[in-house]
Amino acid sequence: MKKFKHSEITQEKIYNKRRSFIKSMSYGLSALTLSSVPLINAKANNSNEPTSYEDITTYNNYYEFGTGKGDPHRRAKNFTTRPWTVKIEGEVEKSLELPIEEILAIKSEEKILKLRCVEGWSMVIPWLGFSLSELLNKVEIKPSAKFVEFETIYNPEEMVGQRYPTLNWPYIEGLRIDEAMHPLTTVVTGLYGKPLPNQNGAPLRIFIPWKYGFKSAKSIVKIRLTKNMPNTAWKNASPREYGFYSNVNPEVDHPRWSQATERVIGESILAPRIKTLMFNGYGDEVAHLYSGMDLKKNY
Amino acid sequence: MKNYFKPAVFFLSLWPIYIIVYQLIYNKLGPEPVDRIINHFGEWTLIFILLTLSMTPLKKITNSFEWIKFRRMLGLFAFFYASIHMLSYVGLDYRFDFEPLIDDVLKKKFIFIGFSAWLLLIPLAITSSDKMVRILKKNWKKLHRLIYIISIFGVLHFIWLSKTIFFKPLIFLIILIILLLFRVNFRKFNLS
Repeated sequence: MKKFKHSEITQEKIYNKRRSFIKSMSYGLSALTLSSVPLINAKANNSNEPTSYEDITTYNNYYEFGTGKGDPHRRAKNFTTRPWTVKIEGEVEKSLELPIEEILAIKSEEKILKLRCVEGWSMVIPWLGFSLSELLNKVEIKPSAKFVEFETIYNPEEMVGQRYPTLNWPYIEGLRIDEAMHPLTTVVTGLYGKPLPNQNGAPLRIFIPWKYGFKSAKSIVKIRLTKNMPNTAWKNASPREYGFYSNVNPEVDHPRWSQATERVIGESILAPRIKTLMFNGYGDEVAHLYSGMDLKKNY
Repeated sequence: MKNYFKPAVFFLSLWPIYIIVYQLIYNKLGPEPVDRIINHFGEWTLIFILLTLSMTPLKKITNSFEWIKFRRMLGLFAFFYASIHMLSYVGLDYRFDFEPLIDDVLKKKFIFIGFSAWLLLIPLAITSSDKMVRILKKNWKKLHRLIYIISIFGVLHFIWLSKTIFFKPLIFLIILIILLLFRVNFRKFNLS
């Protein structure tokens, strides 16, 4: 093989430039480092100021429409939400099939609740909705019912994400029956006084403010009362990372994201993370549901 | 080789910086700007590592030595973006609060492996000069084989930090496997 001299491979002129290139890189790096020093003690806004409509409707985790945060906004535009019915079945005296119009006729009110995503970010959302118990009271629940399971629609024609095995479709989520009956467990029908946008789970979704966001299933078609703990989507995908309860808990570490702090969506690039609160700040209302339970084991 | 090839590659390689500066100025970093910056430079680090690894296969395929001339520059850019990626995580996200950071490095395997990959890049960047090639002689090649381990660590870092492997981490993994397969000498196996 022909031997090359180094000078043949890299001309000397270019070779000499390399030094200044490395130098300028190190200047760049130190400038970046120094510029972030004064920010260390900046204070983040921890008020209950609602996140902007734009951020709430363009930054979504809704894997039925893709894994990117912007995918749901782009791809859910033509999602069909009418006609729509919701079945309530399982451990009930008589199962019920409700047209969406009948559900939307239940009086919704504004509920400003905080969403904490398992990925370590949060939003404050002015939802429109009512307590799930109002809907469940339309059926006679058997005493054998211990859990409630929510099923998202399976519609791979329109939900492009469902064409790939990202998760076991359809998406299943669930709650213990006392959690489901808690007044904070909300059936969401809108946000910012408007009907629920498709990318946020139209025509109706569930919202549980003290649990990580993925517990709050979207575009629900079935509510099933069950004897056994539902095999929920994320627990199914990775039981070590996602438990059935998935209560917001700064002390239980997720293998990937720190749960001790969170980033507030819509804050400036200079705003620091804020401390995550137990039960996402709803401890006074919900802590009693878990008295005597080891929340580190039952994560 | 044309004189302007190398400067052209240099300025093209600054593309990730142009994008972030543009988005910063026009406030287009989105709802989670810090996350956006960290992910942006992380992905570009991987792209530059894969580009660096593509030069030798391209040389073999096209039978042209030209490609190797860009390898060092692309490798240094990979280190450059890896450093911005790491610094924006340490500085912008954690504000140099080292206690939770050390906790992260030790407890979270994706951070541990990512940080290890960055550490392993340092000796490669330091020994990238012609002078070091001469000083290290045969050992230089041995040392720079670390890039294979670094590339595997880098892609594992991406896979482990993602909630699912679909699709970006999977694409990076497939490209990496193809590039590494080029290094396997299949003739050696056929002989036996």
